[in-house]
Amino acid sequence: MQQIIYFIRKFRYFLLFLFLEILAIIFTIQQHSYHTSKFVNSANFISGGFYDKMNSINEFFLLKNENKLLIEENTRLKNLLSKKKIKYTQDSYKIIDSTNYFQKYEYSVAKVINNNYTKRNNILTINKGTNQGLTSDLGVVNSLGIIGVIETISSNYATVLSILNSNSKINVRLKNSDHFGTLIWDGKTHTTTQLIDIPRQAILKIGDTIITGGKSAIFPEGIPIGIIKSFKFERNQYQQINVLLFNDMSSIGYVQIVKNLQKNEQKNLEQNTTTNE
Amino acid sequence: MNNLILTNSLRFIGLVLLQVIVLNHIDLFGYLNPLVYITWIFLFPIKKDKNLFLIASFLLGLSIDFFSDSGGINAAATLFIAFVRLPILKAVLRKSDFDYSQFKLRSISFDKIFLYIATLTILHHFIVFSLGYFSFSDFTTIIFNTFFTSIFTVLISIFGILLFVKKK
Repeated sequence: MQQIIYFIRKFRYFLLFLFLEILAIIFTIQQHSYHTSKFVNSANFISGGFYDKMNSINEFFLLKNENKLLIEENTRLKNLLSKKKIKYTQDSYKIIDSTNYFQKYEYSVAKVINNNYTKRNNILTINKGTNQGLTSDLGVVNSLGIIGVIETISSNYATVLSILNSNSKINVRLKNSDHFGTLIWDGKTHTTTQLIDIPRQAILKIGDTIITGGKSAIFPEGIPIGIIKSFKFERNQYQQINVLLFNDMSSIGYVQIVKNLQKNEQKNLEQNTTTNE
Repeated sequence: MNNLILTNSLRFIGLVLLQVIVLNHIDLFGYLNPLVYITWIFLFPIKKDKNLFLIASFLLGLSIDFFSDSGGINAAATLFIAFVRLPILKAVLRKSDFDYSQFKLRSISFDKIFLYIATLTILHHFIVFSLGYFSFSDFTTIIFNTFFTSIFTVLISIFGILLFVKKK
């Protein structure tokens, strides 16, 4: 016993170093694995509140750009509305407006108060949390495409796992056919992401649009993501499909949070099916 | 003594704020962000009681991690350079033992300051990027990032030390 105490006293400095280093490595591993509770995140009161204050100053200088985006989205939505009106005037159409009966997705607005895009694993912070009715695993989109998925959450802030992260795997499909694939990021540039798991029967062309697939329970189907920039076809497989994002990930202001109201139903059903097999 | 605690605490807070508000958003050439907060490690007075220094440098790294959502990457790297600081300083000065209390960074010659800062910076950045990428296949990217970010960090921290730390 005495020898153990002597040993600890002698190597006190080194043991302290070892202990703290292991603690740091544990935090790092936690950060690298998806879906574990994380101790170190910026959704806490101090750093969240700090970024909130900083952002309210920065926001002022970006108003012009933000207004332009809003006008563009308004124009797009107005065009959609005017298309709808033509259908209403024709008597032969009977439109069943499903949104009157059930609503599948609910959108709410939030602001990105801390944006990262230069690291290998990028995480954003937004200024809404459980007090505003958010939970983890909600999709985050804006008018130009998808941003990421909410990961950790505190009462007033939340962190978002950006699509520019090695843990991010988003189910996507081609706009002109129903071939599904997965969107990942190789960490090189923030303007392009990579598409994998595309079956070789699919016909790709440079400039094809990629949209979200309906397979996941997080994002609604059909949100535009980007266009195919380049690809290789080697050994009967598609290799290195680069997707140029519509979104400029380096400048993200206001975003929309998508809440799938039927998510539990879908998840339960899928789980039951797999357990019954 | 009190003055020393005050200076180092203020420097701690000042460097964390500088890093979080300004330097994390520089993105030179699209991706380079200097990690100048480690200047705190270079400037911390060398004393016999090293345990406090280890804990403080762990907290320094951890506070950067809290702001940049990077787990314990900065904490691990900062703790490591705090641990190897004294052996490296001894190697740079080619002395086995020197007067701890009298030591001031500005009192040694410039090329030795440069060597000391550059070694610690490269070690720190290598750990940060290795843990950040966490895979062997990205080895070239890690080396590339370490090299260029180190140049940036060393330049800024040496300028900062020359400008703001008084020469005795």
